[in-house]
Amino acid sequence: MSDPVLSVRNLNIDYIGAETNFHAVKNVSFDIAPGEFFGLAGESGCGKSTIAFAVSRLHRPPALIRTGSEILVSGRDVLGLNDADLRKFRWREVAMVFQSAMNSLNPVLTIEAQFYDVLRAHGPISRAEARARATELLKLVDIAPERLDNYPHQCSGGMRQRIVIAICLALNPKLLIMDEPTTALDVVVQREILQRIDVLRKRLGFSVLFITHDLGLMVQVSDRIGIMLEGELVEVNDAQTIYRHPQHPYTQRLWASMPKLHGEQTRREPVL
Amino acid sequence: MSDAILTLDNVTKVFGRADKPVYAARAVSFALHPGRTLALVGESGSGKTTAARLIMREYTPDEGQLLFRGVPLGKGDARALRNYRSSVQMVFQDPFASLNPTHTIRYHLERPLKLHQKGLTSAQRQAAIVELLERVKLDPKLIMPKFPHELSGGQRQRISIARALAVNPQVIVADEPTSMLDVSVRQGILNLLNDMKAELKLALLYITHDIATARYVADDIMVMYAGQIVEWGAVNKVLDDPQHPYTRLLLSAVPDPDRRFDDVRFADELGRVEEIRTLSARPQPETAQAGENHFYRPFPAV
Repeated sequence: MSDPVLSVRNLNIDYIGAETNFHAVKNVSFDIAPGEFFGLAGESGCGKSTIAFAVSRLHRPPALIRTGSEILVSGRDVLGLNDADLRKFRWREVAMVFQSAMNSLNPVLTIEAQFYDVLRAHGPISRAEARARATELLKLVDIAPERLDNYPHQCSGGMRQRIVIAICLALNPKLLIMDEPTTALDVVVQREILQRIDVLRKRLGFSVLFITHDLGLMVQVSDRIGIMLEGELVEVNDAQTIYRHPQHPYTQRLWASMPKLHGEQTRREPVL
Repeated sequence: MSDAILTLDNVTKVFGRADKPVYAARAVSFALHPGRTLALVGESGSGKTTAARLIMREYTPDEGQLLFRGVPLGKGDARALRNYRSSVQMVFQDPFASLNPTHTIRYHLERPLKLHQKGLTSAQRQAAIVELLERVKLDPKLIMPKFPHELSGGQRQRISIARALAVNPQVIVADEPTSMLDVSVRQGILNLLNDMKAELKLALLYITHDIATARYVADDIMVMYAGQIVEWGAVNKVLDDPQHPYTRLLLSAVPDPDRRFDDVRFADELGRVEEIRTLSARPQPETAQAGENHFYRPFPAV
């Protein structure tokens, strides 16, 4: 295997409290290969979003990464970056799509202005060049270039989400982190967006760290999956093995609790 | 099938200007039966919640009517409305927003009892609260003095169900009751709804965009798009042999671990998303029968 795009080693993160600390991420290690679609699954509070934030250095106090933790992106130590390097690192190396990303567009700027904003911050570019690049990027996510002159409220939720993804791809990042990117959207739109991402990563070669609690969806799109339980990464394997031959009892219980779309219908009991 | 307890008969609800009407419900007809669960599925904006609001009588139909036990519901005064609401209750999507943060759980359950069962003494009410909490499998002693923020999402949703059951309803409308819960607690809530339906002979309308859970709890299913019910019938018949293109589109988009993304079969359907959406949004007045208890609206000709 070629060198990983992302390498997380012995990651420990605490949330510092007045009396006690909460150990949110416990000794987590995993790698993501170039072009790989890696899924991180788990329930609310299991630490999956905390990891995503740490990878892009977006974690804020009271979250504290313990010494001895290591996050490498293309071999570079992310935790040691200074502010100037960090600014270059974000978007260019790692871009992140948040859960309600469609609400993260600025409501008073046109779509075109928001592309210009990102492109200009990362190197000299003329307005016309930026517009050309934005047109190209919108094409990637299947949105007509006329939309550049629209304001966010004129676009549907799914469209806004795709625009955010296009902005994330503006600087050809090596890793795209998506934290529950489609939870707020209906299944047809969700399917369209993820299918699009899948095609793009195969064409452009970026890796994806995909976070969701929807295990069925995760098996459909991911190459490999990590299952988190209470801050620990309890099982990592390729998607089909996680689905067909889960090893950890928690993974087995998660599958057992999921209603199926086809086949026999039996009463299912909750996991906990 | 037993007699319907609540019927929507050709109900239409229009919003917006007269020259640019938005049909939130277009000639919607269905019936709820005691001891049966009817699932209403569709994407956001398809009119699912409008259907719920029509049943809860927060909206009045522009056309058509609602019948309760076969009797058409008129405008009615406040008392008639209160009587109706003691028979028809709702469980909402967001268990964080639907409970009042400044009141204890005891207060939440005592209020509907005070309002709808005026004859009860304080001790009887107390006993009723204990029984309700036991019914939704929560420890009454532990839970009663607590405030909503001290409970988990799943526990709160159980409280919402207990509150709905407090007035001995015959119909429960559950609008996305599990979509904000983790998978592990989701199942507990679905089982609870199933058990309540069976034990109390409730008529349940289960509104969701999660078709897999709809299959799990429902006997019958309706697929809604752009305010119209495009396909309906026994849950397994509709899901195993979908007739309407929108139903097929919806089913092909449902996350299913048995089908990888590169599978071409759905790419076909998904490639036609806009076409199917546009055509499905047109009025589809015809009804066709695909089998016993399985109906759909034939696609309008282009």
